[in-house]
Parts: sequence; C-alpha cells; structure tokens
Amino acid sequence: MTAALAALLVVALVIFVGWALSGPFRARTRERPQQSDERRALESAKEAKYSEIRDNETDYRTGKLSDADFRALDRQLRAEAVEILRAIDELEALSEAAPR
Amino acid sequence: MTHPRKRHVRLVVSLTLAVLLASGLIYTSFAASDPALTPSQVLARGGDGGNVQLTGTVVTRTITNHADGVVDFRLADRAGNGVSVPVIYSGSVPSAFAPGRELIVSGRLHDGAFDAQPGSMITKCPSKYAAAPA
Amino acid sequence: MAFAGHLVMVVALAVCLYGIGAALYGARRGRRDWVDSGRRSVYCLAVVLTLAMVILEVAFVRNDFSYTAVAMTSSTTTPLLYRVAAMWSSQEGSLLLWVWLLSIWSSAAIFLTRNRLRDVVPYATSVLLGFGAFFTTLLVFLDSPFGQLSQVPAEGAGLDPLLRNPSMLIHPPMLYSGYTFFSIPFAFAVGALIVRRIDADWIRVTRRFALASWLFLGIGILLGARWSYYELGWGGYWGWDPVENAALMPWLISTAFLHSVMIQEKRGMLKIWNASLVLGASTLAIVGTFLVRSGVLDSIHAFTGGGLGGPFVGLIAVMVAGSVYLVVTRRDVLRSEHSLDSLVSREAVFLLNNIVLVGLCFVIFWGTFFPLISQAVTGTTAHVGPPWFDRYTVPLALVLVLLSGIGPIIAWRRATLANARRNLALPLVAAGAMAVAAYTVVPIGSSVPTVILFCCAMFVLASIGQEFWRGTRARRAISSEAPPLALFSMVRRNRRRYGGYIVHTGIAILFIGVAASSTFQHEKELSLQVGQSARVGAYTMRYVKPTARVVDDPSHTGATLSLGAVLRVTRGGHYVATLRPAADYYPTQPIFGGQVVADLISGDAVQQVALKSSLRRDLWAAIKPLGTTLPATGVAVPEEALVARADASILTSTPQLKQLQYAYEELAAIADAYRRNPPPAGFTLISSPLVMWIWLGGLIVLLGGLIAIWPPPAALRGRIRARYFARVAQELGRA
Repeated sequence: MTAALAALLVVALVIFVGWALSGPFRARTRERPQQSDERRALESAKEAKYSEIRDNETDYRTGKLSDADFRALDRQLRAEAVEILRAIDELEALSEAAPR
Repeated sequence: MTHPRKRHVRLVVSLTLAVLLASGLIYTSFAASDPALTPSQVLARGGDGGNVQLTGTVVTRTITNHADGVVDFRLADRAGNGVSVPVIYSGSVPSAFAPGRELIVSGRLHDGAFDAQPGSMITKCPSKYAAAPA
Repeated sequence: MAFAGHLVMVVALAVCLYGIGAALYGARRGRRDWVDSGRRSVYCLAVVLTLAMVILEVAFVRNDFSYTAVAMTSSTTTPLLYRVAAMWSSQEGSLLLWVWLLSIWSSAAIFLTRNRLRDVVPYATSVLLGFGAFFTTLLVFLDSPFGQLSQVPAEGAGLDPLLRNPSMLIHPPMLYSGYTFFSIPFAFAVGALIVRRIDADWIRVTRRFALASWLFLGIGILLGARWSYYELGWGGYWGWDPVENAALMPWLISTAFLHSVMIQEKRGMLKIWNASLVLGASTLAIVGTFLVRSGVLDSIHAFTGGGLGGPFVGLIAVMVAGSVYLVVTRRDVLRSEHSLDSLVSREAVFLLNNIVLVGLCFVIFWGTFFPLISQAVTGTTAHVGPPWFDRYTVPLALVLVLLSGIGPIIAWRRATLANARRNLALPLVAAGAMAVAAYTVVPIGSSVPTVILFCCAMFVLASIGQEFWRGTRARRAISSEAPPLALFSMVRRNRRRYGGYIVHTGIAILFIGVAASSTFQHEKELSLQVGQSARVGAYTMRYVKPTARVVDDPSHTGATLSLGAVLRVTRGGHYVATLRPAADYYPTQPIFGGQVVADLISGDAVQQVALKSSLRRDLWAAIKPLGTTLPATGVAVPEEALVARADASILTSTPQLKQLQYAYEELAAIADAYRRNPPPAGFTLISSPLVMWIWLGGLIVLLGGLIAIWPPPAALRGRIRARYFARVAQELGRA
C-alpha cells in the first residue's frame, strides 16, 4: 500500500517538475519586459534622492543643520533630483522612438 | 573634495593603526592561552603546574558523588585508546554530565589526578548530530 | 516510502543542476524563457524539498523506527511536538531543514525580484541553486535522512530530555532561517558584481534581504542566550563558545553593512566596503553552519560529526576566492564617487562604525579559531577563555554604544560646531548625571567599565529621546496632530530612520543589562540541609522543605521522578519570593534490565531551574539532590538503598506490565521517604541584577528591526512621491 503511494508520489512529482520547467522547450512567445533595468535603476535612484531630500529636511527641523547649510544642501539635492528626472525623461523618449 | 594625497595619508594611518592593534591582540592571545589537551597528553606532560584545558569522554562506572558535592570520575581520550585520567571536580555539574558524555574541563594535573577548577566544566549537547551507531 | 524520499532528494538535486544551467544559458544568450525556467526551478525546488520534509516528518510522527534518524533521536515516549522537532536534531535532518529553508527564502526572493534587476537575477538564481546543489549533494550521497536500519528496533533512543523544551523547538529553525537567509544577499551581490551593476535598485533590494537576515539571526542569537540561561544550569547567557560566536560574527558584519550601505546610497561612497561586507557576512554564515556541525572546535555544540567538514571547507574556500576575485576585478565599478567631506559628519561616524564592527568581528574570529591557529603555528592546541574575549570586546562595545548615540544627532556631510553644541548638550548632561549618580545613588561605582557603559547608554537614550521629541515637534508644526498621533505618523513616514533609532535604544538597554548582570552577580554553590539558609548578595535563601513527585511531571517532557526543594527568599527580613528548583530523573532505554525501579530513574537527570525575574534582579536556583552514585550510570540517586531494596522486592518472574506497576508504587514510596527524611542537597544560587533588561533590550532591537523593514503603505509612498515631484517639477519649469 505504502509502496504504491510512494511510487505515485514520485511519479507525480517528476511530471510536475517536468511540466514546470519545460518552458523553453515548448514553443512560447517571448514576453516583452515591462520596464528595462536602466529605467528601474533610475526610478530607485529617484526614490532614494527624494528620501535624501526628506531626510535633509528632517535633519534641519530637528536642529542638526543651520539655515544656511540646509538651504545649500537642499538646493544641491533638488538639482541632483532634477538630473535624475531628466535622465528618466530621456530614456522614455528613446524607448518611444525605438522601433517596435 | 579632499586631496587624493590626504586620502592616501588617512588610509595609510588607519591601516598602520589596524596592523598595530591586531599585532597586540595576536601577541596577547598566545600569552593568555591555555593548551587544550587530551588525557594522554596531559599525563605525558606531567604535573608541571600550568593550567590546562582537558577534553575527553567520561568513563562509565567511574563517577562517584561525594557528600560534600565533590565528584570524581575518570576522563578518557576521545580517540578511545583506553588512556584515562582521574578528575576531581567540585561544584555543580551541568545537567548533561553522564557516563559516555564528552566534556571540557580546565585545571591542572596534581599528584597524578586532575584538579579541576569549579565551574569550568562544559558538557557537549547530548546526541545532537551523533554519528550512526556502530 | 523511504526509498521514495531518497528519490525525491535526487529529483531535488536534478532540479538544482538544471536550474543553474538554464539560468546561465538564458543569461548568456539573452533568452528570457530559459532564465524564467531557471527561476521556476527555484520554486520547484521548494516544492520538491517540502515533499521530502513531509515524508520525513510523517515518519517521525508515526514513530517509524526503520529510519535511522527516527530511531536515533525519537521514541514512542517523546511527546508529539518534540517528535516533530526531533527531525532537526539529527545531522541529516538538520541539513534537510537547512536546504528546505534555503529553497523557501530563495523562492520568496526570486518572486519579489521578478520584475527587476533582470540582468542580475539569472546569476543570483544560479548562486542560490548552487548552494542548493551543494546541500542536496551532501544529502543524496553522504548523509541521507532517509537511511534505513537493517534491524528495526522496537523503540527509539528518544529525544534527549535536555532538548525537550520550547526554546529548542524554535532555536534551530530560527538560527537556520538567519543563516540560510544570508545566501540571498550573497547571491545578489555576486550577480551584481558579475554584470557590473551596483546601482540604486541593487542597493534597495539587497538592503531589504540583508535586514531580514540580520533580524532572523538576531532572534536566533537572543533565543540561544535565553535558552542557555534558563535551561543549561550554569546560570549564564553567554560563554564565548564557538557556536555562539559563529552566529554573532555574521550579525556584526551585516550590522556594519546595513549602516554603511546608507552612505553608498547617498554619496556613492564605500562601495568596496559594502560589497566586501555583504560577501563577508554571508561567508561567515556558512562558516557558522560549518562550525556547529563539524567537530573541528571543542565547544558545547560541536561533535565528532562524521565527514562533512571537508565539503564545507571546500564551499567556504570557493566563496572566499570567488568574492575576492569579483571585488578585485570589478573595482572600477566600485570606485567611490565622492570622498569624505569632513571627519565630523555622519559619514565619518558610519565609517568608524564599520571599522569598530569589523574589529570586533576580527577579535571574536581570532579567539574562536585560536585552537586551530595555535596548532598550526606552535604545534600545540591552545585555547583562550572568556576573560581574553572580554578584555578586547568590552572596550570595542563601549565605543560602539557611544557611536550609536552620536550617529543620530550628527548631520550628513558636514556638522558645524554650533550645531554640535546644540545637539550634544542634552546627551552629555544625561551622561554626566549618570556618572554622578554612579558614585552616589546607584551602587555601581566599584566597576569603572560598568560606569562608563552606563554613561554611554544614558548618552544614547538621551540623544534618541531628543530625536524623537524634536521630530514629533517638527511634525506637529506641519500637521497640528496630537503628540501621540504625530509620533506615530512620523515613525510611519520614515520607518528606516526611526526603526533604526529604536534598535539603538534596544542595544543601549541590552548593554545596561549585560554590564550590570556580569559585574554585580552574586553566586553561591553549597549544600544545604532542610532549614538551613544561604546568603546570596542582599538575599537570604532558606531551604524550607523538599518536594518529590512521581510521573506527574510539570514540564510534560516524560520525566519519571522529580525531586526538588522549596526555597524561601527574603531580603532584610521581608519575603521576596519562593523558588522551586527541581531535578528531573528520566528513564533509561530500555527499561527492563532486571532493575526496573533503578531504570525508571537512572537516565538523564535534568535540572529544572527556578527563576524569579523582575526588572530589578533575577533570582536563579538549581538543585542537585545528593546521594549515592548508581555505578552503572553514574547518576547520583538519593535513597539508593531504598531503590535497591525496591528492585529486589519485584520478582523478575512477574509479567512486565505488572513489574512496571509495582515499580511505580515503589517509586511513590521512595518519593515519600525523600519528603519525610531528605538528605542534604547541593544548590547553585544566583542573584543577578538587571538580567531582564537584556531580554527587553533584545525585544526592542527586534521591534525596531521590524519597523525598519516594514514597507510603507503604497498610498503613502504615492503621496510623498507626488508632493516631491510637484516641487521638483517647479525647478524643471524654472530651469
């Protein structure tokens, strides 16, 4: 009884594994990725930069930075954020221009 | 932006400091260490008075508990070559202390018997990952 | 069914090998379908290994003693929950648990990164499956959990009583979760270095995984310390034992990584540090796994654990060589974008933090491996003890605590003196107040390191408190919320920062507990007669009366006889607590050797420690009822004469079930005799201040970690993003 069950389990497992992993062997259309890695990286950089701007503000409000220091740093960080946004825009323009 | 030279200097200074500290550490470790020996090694060494860490297996039928809390037993080589040394230990023993258990104890050899420091006994967790029975 | 289990393991190995091939091929050729197949192999591996785990656990639950693992570690007398846990108390079972956990975490990681880091993921997949292949190879060829015994015994050896408690249920899976989780940041670091992509996205993903590893491992370490304190009967929670150190080292390195990766994110600095830290932490996690099971070092855990040392050393060598190779050949990608602006800045504090943590890890590493090092250098195996460790770790720990207070209140890039004065004032005052209190009100003045630590801890608590206060005030200025709500939403909006602050608070509290309890502990080992008292620190403990119980074991772990004492603890004449330590006597296996009564109680004698905890101090007591030693087993059994007489009175000709019944009746009589006329008993009595602070501090650390790792709700993220986008867009419009 257990021998039959055991055999059944192993066979079922092998079939399952075979089915799950045989993707490349069956004719399948290749999916187009939604977002390229560069775009992802820029998005993450943007989030990180926003975090930095926010952190800077928190540091200022909790008294770790003087007015002058805060404004200088804030301006610099926002400029860096603008750069990243520009890069994202360029990337989008490029991918739209690329042939489909 | 700091000068590359300044950075270079900082790096050299911190590495030198690290090397010095590490050397100090290494030197004192050799000075502060106790040899870790088996019963046969400690017997061969003789009672030269130095503190030693002894590792071995408790020999069956040799444990005697005395009324004043002193336990004496024989500790044999883990390698199973039959060599064993009598150990005198005072103080409470860990729960896992039993014949056949491996343990570590610190002390010194004195008059052919091993005088163990109270509280220095460490027994190994029983039967975890034991090899298959013979 | 066992053979089926073995086949399942072979399938697992095949899946690993296929997955590695598919992922690498797909990466090389740019074929998404092959990469996806590789990714799916990870999920498949999880499924296959779950099946293997189920087959093995079923064998344990059903007491199928044809399995070697079951026969060696379980028995019909072991309660169900511990039978399930017994699966991982054997070498093979624990390896299966390890690789199963690896497959589960890997599946989660692969799932969470299904849409990102597309060029890194194939290599990360291969690395993870590579680990899987290593472990499944061990399980298929060297040490199978499905091994069978040629002669099926009627009863198993039983789970050792020392291992029958709830902490033992959680301790290995939790530690293994920590160790196995480290393979994920390792895999992603290796993958990123191979494709030369160490960017913001990689940081984001890796940091999350590293934080999860850190969290799991931290729980494992804390549980281990707690178990040692409560169960092992020596009254301590940390002994600088190799296995304790093995878990601590990767934890320290990953702490360094979690801090210093912030600098990489903000300033593109310390990239080589971070790559090395993450690779190092993971390698140390494998080293830790290796140490616990290889018998290479003498410790409370290590065993003559046949033959697995070699492959592990090989794996570690490959990991180290590979890591060094990758960091060296990719150093152009790892070049810093900026350098340190000022030595007085948060960056500098983090850098110093890195150095101290690595230094601490080096000290612990050196001390742990010293037996092997001295063997190689001088020919004799030598060993350094806790005093050596303490001498070097204590000052480093003090610096670390201090830094954890300075970091939060210093600014990024460059801190000015005026700001420093404003921010350091309160913490310094707090530290100073503590110093004064140490020599007047609080009785800790006798130990200078303890005073220093208390002052540093007060510094930290004050600086973090100040941060929370100011942050809440700033938030209220914007949103006019009530203070508690403001605090809550402030933390919610910046979980990493405030979660981190909570972790620092926990560390400070934990160290206060460690310092107080190690410096000011009072311990007494002595034997007492009924009615006698002992003086332990400020407390008097009086042996009031003995206790003896048969079969009805309060900890439900199968003990036959429990002998103990009632201790009345007073302080200055006032009643404080009642402690009831006991020694549990377990039966030997097998029972019927002609001395039924003796056999019923001459297995292991396990201590049930009596513990009365409070915020102020712990009272800890263990008992060892003295008596004559039974020659066969060496266990000291009180009333040995009574036991022998009882055994003599039961005829071996009686049927076994009846023998057992008589034996229990005799035992009840012996217990009665013990109660009426108790011999003196050996006691270990400890009074230790502030121990509870250690556990509380640890819990706070874990809470902080959970807050830090919890992702903010999507809506919140969206709002913040929109707000900043609008502001930055203004710049764009202006530019």
